[in-house]
Amino acid sequence: MNGIRKKEVLAPDIVRLRLEAPRIAARREPGQFVILRRIDGSERIPLTIVDGNAEEGWIDLIIQMAGAGTMRLGRLEEGEGVLDLVGPLGKPSRIDRFGRCLCIGGGVGLAPLLPIARALKAAGNHLTVLMGARNRERLILLDEMRNLADEITVATEDGSLGRRGFVSDAFRDLASEGRRFDHAVVIGPAVMMKAVSELTGRLGIPTTVSLNPIMIDGTGLCGGCRVDVGGEMKFACVDGPEFDAARIDWDSFLKRLGSYREFEHRGREKCRITGR
Amino acid sequence: MREQDPDTRVSNFAEVPLGYTDEEARAEARRCLGCRTAPCVAACPVAVAIPEFVGQIAGGAFPAAARTIRRANALPAICGRVCPQEDQCEKACLLGKRGQPLAIGHLERFAADRERREGRVEPPARKPECGKRIAVVGSGPAGLTVASELAGAGCAVVVLEALHALGGVLTYGIPEFRLPKAIVKDEIAGLEALGMRFVRNFVVGRTETIDHLLKEDGFDAVFIGTGAGLPSFLGIPGENAVGVYSANEYLTRSNLMKAYRPDAATPILRSPRVVTVGGGNVAMDAARTARRLDTVQSIVVYRRGEAEMPARIEEVRHAKEEGVLLRTLCHPAAILEDEEGFVQGIRCLRVELGDRDASGRRRPVPIPDSAFTIECEIVIVAIGNRPNPLIPDTTPDILVSGRGTIVADPADGRTSRPRVYAGGDIVTGSATVIQAMGAGRAAARSILEDLGQPVQPRM
Repeated sequence: MNGIRKKEVLAPDIVRLRLEAPRIAARREPGQFVILRRIDGSERIPLTIVDGNAEEGWIDLIIQMAGAGTMRLGRLEEGEGVLDLVGPLGKPSRIDRFGRCLCIGGGVGLAPLLPIARALKAAGNHLTVLMGARNRERLILLDEMRNLADEITVATEDGSLGRRGFVSDAFRDLASEGRRFDHAVVIGPAVMMKAVSELTGRLGIPTTVSLNPIMIDGTGLCGGCRVDVGGEMKFACVDGPEFDAARIDWDSFLKRLGSYREFEHRGREKCRITGR
Repeated sequence: MREQDPDTRVSNFAEVPLGYTDEEARAEARRCLGCRTAPCVAACPVAVAIPEFVGQIAGGAFPAAARTIRRANALPAICGRVCPQEDQCEKACLLGKRGQPLAIGHLERFAADRERREGRVEPPARKPECGKRIAVVGSGPAGLTVASELAGAGCAVVVLEALHALGGVLTYGIPEFRLPKAIVKDEIAGLEALGMRFVRNFVVGRTETIDHLLKEDGFDAVFIGTGAGLPSFLGIPGENAVGVYSANEYLTRSNLMKAYRPDAATPILRSPRVVTVGGGNVAMDAARTARRLDTVQSIVVYRRGEAEMPARIEEVRHAKEEGVLLRTLCHPAAILEDEEGFVQGIRCLRVELGDRDASGRRRPVPIPDSAFTIECEIVIVAIGNRPNPLIPDTTPDILVSGRGTIVADPADGRTSRPRVYAGGDIVTGSATVIQAMGAGRAAARSILEDLGQPVQPRM
């Protein structure tokens, strides 16, 4: 059992959980994830590690309560815990002194982006952050990113904070000013990563994305997380989760993400109605 | 052995063979010739004292029979079910020259089940603690065997398992109807009683490296038994369509995550027509699981002939009885999908068998212009695995073969690194449960030897 030391509600359906996990805290690197199972019988849910402290033995996860499984996780309270927690999984991010770095995050994609942005900054890069959400209420990690970035632009779809529009619009602004970047990391919903990485790619910016496909074990066993990268079959859990955006077959990736849409919908409804 | 009726069993996940009664077991055991040469023992990868335990069953000394088996085999209830006895002990049985060989597997299963039912699983005697600490990576058949041998010899053994459940392929891979999970749990609980410790959710290569275990965590030796690894795919168009599963994924969803239960949190696609590609036991497991998950037409597509199928004859028979259709001499060329990306069918070429290849089997040669389509909604790819890279990638200087398997001497499990041993599928590529156990047993002996501990004489 891994206990919950702290819970913070970031938005109506987004929570931050601080979990007891000394071994993972000691080893984790930016870009890596964990898989957890709340109780016996729960599904295995992969989540990227947002933060951690090796001395104090904890990691932070940010959960968007989107499906039945994440809703149940999000309802956990301090003092409770999760039955199974395994990690850190996946390859760490490639952190280098690239020069001018662009970090673009949308929605809860800002959660996995934070440790990468932090590491890029620590490696001596100039950091430009573009962050977006549907509205001000749902924009997470603003203070953390502000403290980190050399410059930052916020975009909300309703204009309740920062620029009205998507992060892709914010990127177009920068591009039209003739700004140049040496490296970009884009994390968010798959459709957003596809759209934004197409724009960054067009300007010749090498762009990395972090994929969140359906997976079970997270160690290479099931092959459910396979992705077509440059015509080669890659497993996000052992070869990723980060890949060169320009080489990903996005249509195939998006299609596979929707494999269980009907099942997910039913689970969400049941969970919403029964509260269990 | 009596079995569940095929029409009934396709609508449940209960075990197919029903087991012997005491009388049936004694009658079968009495057929043993008790031949002095005991070729069956030589043909058993872990050298179970077969004539001895069979004699005990014949005499009604059932608990003694179980104890006899356990001297050589830590997992008798499992091996009695999943060992390919027809290629091992039963193949060597002299009775088989003139009729049916002795049903050694069924008798082993009987002895183990009866012991279990009576709650008399006695842990074998344990030697005093020797002060050596061993990490065993993976709780599948190889790892469990090493662990039980070493724990019995007085070592402090910690078994590290990547998943949330123990048992490796016994738990995630082999279906309930072939190996009930309650039996796997009981066998493992019996091993736990030997004093070994199990740590779940620990991925060696990620959570810690082999070097860390040896240098920082103070283990005297590490055994790597991580199993089959990453599923292979066909490399044909359409393999990323929705409804294409590796057998690993399909079976893991059903077995480990219990997706066959209506209230399970983990989904599995159900549909009337399923095609499984492959000819091994795993393909049979997948095709038979599909039959139990609302599939009306479960077809196995295999590129060679039925005689060349690597699956056990019994598994093929069970599959056929359950209405699984075999399409042999059939080479998958493409998976067809609709506009939304869902599987529509699989395009195949007919095959003729050509010259013999390195494996001694005749090579399948696709016939030009022979393409045809099998309509289906799910395709399960069951063509084996390639080794998992996590440990080779994070363990400097460990020798890895061109195929990516860890190089270890099959006779003793020693790798290119001192104090690091390996066995099972990570060394051999896909093989059987009992072969992995044999490798585990061999490795356990060399670990004890290398640590300067007394090695028990082999029975």
